[in-house]
Amino acid sequence: MFSQILQFMFSGVTVGATYALAALGFTLIYNASNVINFAQGEFIMLGGILTVFFFKTGLPLPVALLLAVAIPAMVGVLVEKLAIEPAKGAGVESLIIITIGASLVLRGLVQISFGKGAASFPAFSGDAPINIGGAALAPQSLWVLGTTAVVVLALWLFFNRTVAGKAILATSYDPLAAQLVGVNTQLVLLVSFALSAAIGAMGGILLTPITMTSYDVGIMLGLKGFVAAVVGGLGSGLGAVVGGLLVGIVEALTAGYVSSAYKDAVPFLLIFVILFFMPRGLFGAKTTERV
Amino acid sequence: MKRAHAGLLVLTAILLLLPLVLPNAFYFDIVNRMAINAVIVLGLNLLIGFAGQISLGHAGFFGIGAYASAILTTHFSWPPLAALAVGAVGAALLALAIAPPIFRLRGHYLAMATLGLGIVISIVLKNEAAYTGGPDGMSVPPLTLFGFEIYGERQWYWLFAAILLFSVWACQNLIDSPFGRALRALHGSEVASQVVGVDVARYKVAIFVLSAFFASIMGSLSAHYVGFVTPNAAEFLHSIELMTMVVVGGMASVYGSVIGAVLLTALPQALATFEGWETVAFGVILMVSMIFLPKGLVPTIAAKLGRKR
Repeated sequence: MFSQILQFMFSGVTVGATYALAALGFTLIYNASNVINFAQGEFIMLGGILTVFFFKTGLPLPVALLLAVAIPAMVGVLVEKLAIEPAKGAGVESLIIITIGASLVLRGLVQISFGKGAASFPAFSGDAPINIGGAALAPQSLWVLGTTAVVVLALWLFFNRTVAGKAILATSYDPLAAQLVGVNTQLVLLVSFALSAAIGAMGGILLTPITMTSYDVGIMLGLKGFVAAVVGGLGSGLGAVVGGLLVGIVEALTAGYVSSAYKDAVPFLLIFVILFFMPRGLFGAKTTERV
Repeated sequence: MKRAHAGLLVLTAILLLLPLVLPNAFYFDIVNRMAINAVIVLGLNLLIGFAGQISLGHAGFFGIGAYASAILTTHFSWPPLAALAVGAVGAALLALAIAPPIFRLRGHYLAMATLGLGIVISIVLKNEAAYTGGPDGMSVPPLTLFGFEIYGERQWYWLFAAILLFSVWACQNLIDSPFGRALRALHGSEVASQVVGVDVARYKVAIFVLSAFFASIMGSLSAHYVGFVTPNAAEFLHSIELMTMVVVGGMASVYGSVIGAVLLTALPQALATFEGWETVAFGVILMVSMIFLPKGLVPTIAAKLGRKR
């Protein structure tokens, strides 16, 4: 009984960590620009797909990993430059539609160049499970959790201890005021997109040895990351992490005890419940609407 | 008002003359699909364009209609019209039930909630395989109206043409009615319309229910027409396609809805041989039209011609 729950928690926390990374990506861009980037899921997909591609060309895994993080980061910059920047001043709905457009382009291009099949690469440190309290934990799960923890810590340090990070925070509070004190808000936007794409790609890479990847995994992973960000409260970094883990755990418990067929519906039902009772999410800022 | 009549006359003329130029059933089929999409997009445009409410889950309502018809006629041998009616009323009731909490949300949260709705519907369709045939879909018997079976692309063409004409006419009347003026006021400024006495919440709910109703009916008809349904009908991507049609044609434009549907239904046909490029093209069109024609084709062209629509 206990070991069973533990088993479900392990798998929940593992996917949850990926959702948390995706949610952090949403949060970063949302804070810098008030844009919800519906292409976030495609960065996750790109991370996995590119690693597989470079690994198969014979590059050593570390090099493949590096490229698979760097390229999505550049793609993120391109998306900002080509799609978000020209649409300056557009409304929330228009920006949502533009990023959906960007995600379709990325997904289509990957489908054309890498095909439709599912692919994977070997786990970083073997497949022999570690036995903890009667439950099996895959070594790759530790990689997922460890990397997520490192990313969260690094982000926290970046935002609280560096000038660049504080400039981004300043932009998220008030872009005009930030500009007045000399923050290059344009650069902040670019950095946010690059950073959030890189973080998303990392999530995609880490998850691939566990769940495989293909050109179309981005939609679901991205949407669940978005759910996690909304559950935690849009714009809150802590909320993104808690939201991600919560979504992952609820999903795994549903898959285990209720129905594995309906596990994908869980995040979306969860979002209804949370939004109706706490319209700003768990850790969302309380704002009053100005007329 | 007169211009509206002129538009209807032109559309009628086109619909009457088209069968003379369409060479074969393949082209009739494409035009039929255009008409199906046009009617859904008219409803969706009322919601997005006039009421200013984004919906990323509209294909869900289309799916409800399609599967209501498929399941009730196949498993329970209902007459098709009754199944269609039950689907449409069901979709409308669902919209009515979820609308009040959903419309308390706005912007990103509203997008999320409607998106979630669509996804949950498509997951249910995929999983209840005993009734829906699961991911493989199920076949649907042909449509019989008052003992007369509608058969072949040409007969369907007249049915769809009639429905399209009626919908365009109904939308124009609706927009020119006090209800429509209230809707436009809503899009302009919610606060201002509230101040002058528009019951904002009620109008949003009404238009959401109406557009769900439209989408469900077209879902039913298209299921009978194609003779087969799959859960793809309710998928996120289908919702995006419908929204693209609204955006490209022109938000808050009746003829924009029709033109958007025509263009974007034709596009996949033109690109069908290049797998994957279809998705890329959709994405590029979405971005380019939002960036360069944020108002959409028809309103932009109308403004260029110096006319007001």
